[in-house]
Amino acid sequence: MDMPIPNPEILLRKGRVVERLQAVLPVDAVIFDEAETRAYECDALTAYRCPPMVAVLPSSTQEVANILRICHEEGVPVVPRGSGTSLAGGALPTADCVILGVARMNDVIETDYANRIIRVQSGRTNLSVTGAVEADGFFYAPDPSSQLACAIAGNVAMNSGGAHCLKYGVTTNNLMGVTMVQMDGTIVEIGGAHLDAAGLDLLGVICGSEGQLGVVTEATLRILHKPEGARPVLMGFGSAEVAGACVADIIKAGVLPVAIEFMDRMLIEVCEDFAGAGYPMCEALLIVEVEGADPEIDHQLGLIKEIAAKHDPVAVQEAESAEQAGRIWAGRKAAFSAIGRINDYMCLDGTIPVSELPYVLRRIEEMSKHYGLAVGNVFHAGDGNMHPLICYDANKPGDLEICEEFGAEVLKLCVEVGGCLTGEHGVGIEKRDLMTHQYAPADLEAQMAVKDVFDPGWLLNPAKVFPLAVSDPRRIAAE
Amino acid sequence: MMTPETEEQVAEAIRDAKGPMAIQGGGTRGVACDGKTLSIAGLKGVTLYEPGALTLVARAGTPVAEIEAVLAEQGQRLAFEPMDHRGILGSAGNPTIGGVVAANISGPRRIQVGAARDFALGVRFVDGTGAIVKNGGRVMKNVTGYDLVKLFSGSWGRLGVLTEVSLKVLPIPETSATLFIDAADATDAVGVMTQAMASAFDVSGAAYDPAAGHVALRVEGFTGSVAYRAEALRRHIKRDAVQAKDGEAIWQDIRDVAPFHNAAGDVWRVSVKPTDGPAVVTAAEADGALLDWSGGLVWVRTSEGTDLRAKLAGIEGHATLIRASADTKARLGVFQPEVAAVAALTAGVRKKFDPRGILNVGIDRLLAA
Repeated sequence: MDMPIPNPEILLRKGRVVERLQAVLPVDAVIFDEAETRAYECDALTAYRCPPMVAVLPSSTQEVANILRICHEEGVPVVPRGSGTSLAGGALPTADCVILGVARMNDVIETDYANRIIRVQSGRTNLSVTGAVEADGFFYAPDPSSQLACAIAGNVAMNSGGAHCLKYGVTTNNLMGVTMVQMDGTIVEIGGAHLDAAGLDLLGVICGSEGQLGVVTEATLRILHKPEGARPVLMGFGSAEVAGACVADIIKAGVLPVAIEFMDRMLIEVCEDFAGAGYPMCEALLIVEVEGADPEIDHQLGLIKEIAAKHDPVAVQEAESAEQAGRIWAGRKAAFSAIGRINDYMCLDGTIPVSELPYVLRRIEEMSKHYGLAVGNVFHAGDGNMHPLICYDANKPGDLEICEEFGAEVLKLCVEVGGCLTGEHGVGIEKRDLMTHQYAPADLEAQMAVKDVFDPGWLLNPAKVFPLAVSDPRRIAAE
Repeated sequence: MMTPETEEQVAEAIRDAKGPMAIQGGGTRGVACDGKTLSIAGLKGVTLYEPGALTLVARAGTPVAEIEAVLAEQGQRLAFEPMDHRGILGSAGNPTIGGVVAANISGPRRIQVGAARDFALGVRFVDGTGAIVKNGGRVMKNVTGYDLVKLFSGSWGRLGVLTEVSLKVLPIPETSATLFIDAADATDAVGVMTQAMASAFDVSGAAYDPAAGHVALRVEGFTGSVAYRAEALRRHIKRDAVQAKDGEAIWQDIRDVAPFHNAAGDVWRVSVKPTDGPAVVTAAEADGALLDWSGGLVWVRTSEGTDLRAKLAGIEGHATLIRASADTKARLGVFQPEVAAVAALTAGVRKKFDPRGILNVGIDRLLAA
């Protein structure tokens, strides 16, 4: 994975940049010692590392504005960072950059149940947004697996999803407004507690722009009252193909579960080992969750089980207690870390039309044999967002490269069947060079035109999202 | 009027344009801009529909009615409940799906499931230079690159001409129930509505018609579930409620602002946080009002030429002038002016997508009566 060559002129100015930053920030908010900046050398895409020139940890929107104004004047690239849980390398630094971490900005600014909103500083973790309102019966719906650690800033940057977005949508559907600082230090308020934009839907393009348009410091989020109850049912099938057909039948029947998750045998085994959730051992497992009061749940699960019965399930078992339901979800959400206990792995994130599931799974299996690397599959079956986990050995020379080639083939396949490269993790550096498989030059040009407006100097997270060869002319012209 | 039948012909028309082009879908939403009219009504047809994947792709000029009919056959629908503007504007024509997305048109269910922009999965468009661009796709989860789909939803043809849209659709629930609750005034009504929305009972509509004097609340789903939640909701809000008979017609009237159809005056569409709805009603000194979205969408009818925005100063949100004379629109502007920093970004984006400044020029001045 290539990154731009660090600009030596910027590295020479490190002392001055540090001094200027120190002048506007508390002493412990500017990290420039080479041993200490290593803490910021990577995110959750740990295969790639590069310590930044400087890391800063602002505590307010005004401090963020001061930092960006200085970096803008000094021509220093800025890489925003939430909690550093990106699986796509979204927060990977360059050696000549300032990492801007928002972790110290984690206050709740306002909760308003009548209007169903919460306003938080963007460094607040996803789960602690729900934590701030759950005693009053509310929750924040998007639930990425990393929700214990990941920050709202990163959720907004990547337009994060989660297991329950079949019903509740992803971040962009639950984000109502932001306070954002532009690269030149301008603070803008976009959206708010009201619905829809007065003019162009800038909020819609900011969400998912991977920190390339501005640094979001505060967010107004939609909160919802919790359902009266929720219950998952586990359904095991003899093959992925049959499980896929069952999913399509459930959806066609007009039942809309809040989540439909899929795991194959490898994942069932490692997740069971990790969580003790009582998953049945089989080739393909569906976790289907519905919500409501008990009679409503019974009715929906009745319909779902009726549909499943037509597909010869090898196991059907409802969660018998809230405690078991908790373990079922704990196991699913720990899928990545559970497999991480036994192997190095690369996690893919392509989305496909659900009708293509059986074909794509078959092709992945063929590729697994061809490349000689094992693959586990866990994904959001209701919306076709796949997470093949390719196992490799980081200590074996050449294995990572084979794994990446394999991964790229899978993602190209996703695009080929009508899907996309990434459903919820983002492009980052990981899928950057595959963008040309999904988008024609004019398509990428239109996206980059937006960045040109928000960040004409291409200083914000500049080496991400777009293939370097495609964005080169802009970055070089800006220098 | 130009009526191209292919995307390539749209691109040619834009490339060859010598002056302003007025982009039109079905022509029902009162948009009439400077220059030559370019209608997309010739780009017709559903190109892909997968009920099991809840996705539909259609050319932008496909009539909404045709899409709704195709979906209904499979027991599905456009859940965001797009409003029909013909009644309130007295316009004729056939609303298109391209127009719905371009103007981000939603209805009462927007507070539960989201707006048109939340259901738009992908777009193809021709920008102001004549380049053909695609963004998004036809899958429900897609974060590959920037989300221009959202940027184009509600862009009112100012960034490009939509040629194809792909949408998420949802099943039509088995049944619905609508409860009427008497309300003394807007404050009382918004109190009831916000309480209902902040419940576990999945309310899919919350509106208040001051002339009728009652709040309407809607729940939808399986028969048993609807009966249960209607009762639970009644208990939750601790008010007397009667179940309305013709739920579907009630919500269509709210969606299309039927109480204003034959009433004189300018019509404004005000978006605020729900608890500010009553303040809007009071400050507007309106001839008529209709509150939807739990109070967050206030339809206001004023005497001709009233500058409603001046009266609402200090209330966060925005007011769009939907129906007024051309003079009033020119004087007050159709869309709420943005603060300088946001306006600069908007202008910058428009300049990038339409460098010659030919697309829907004067939309702000001339969203015609």
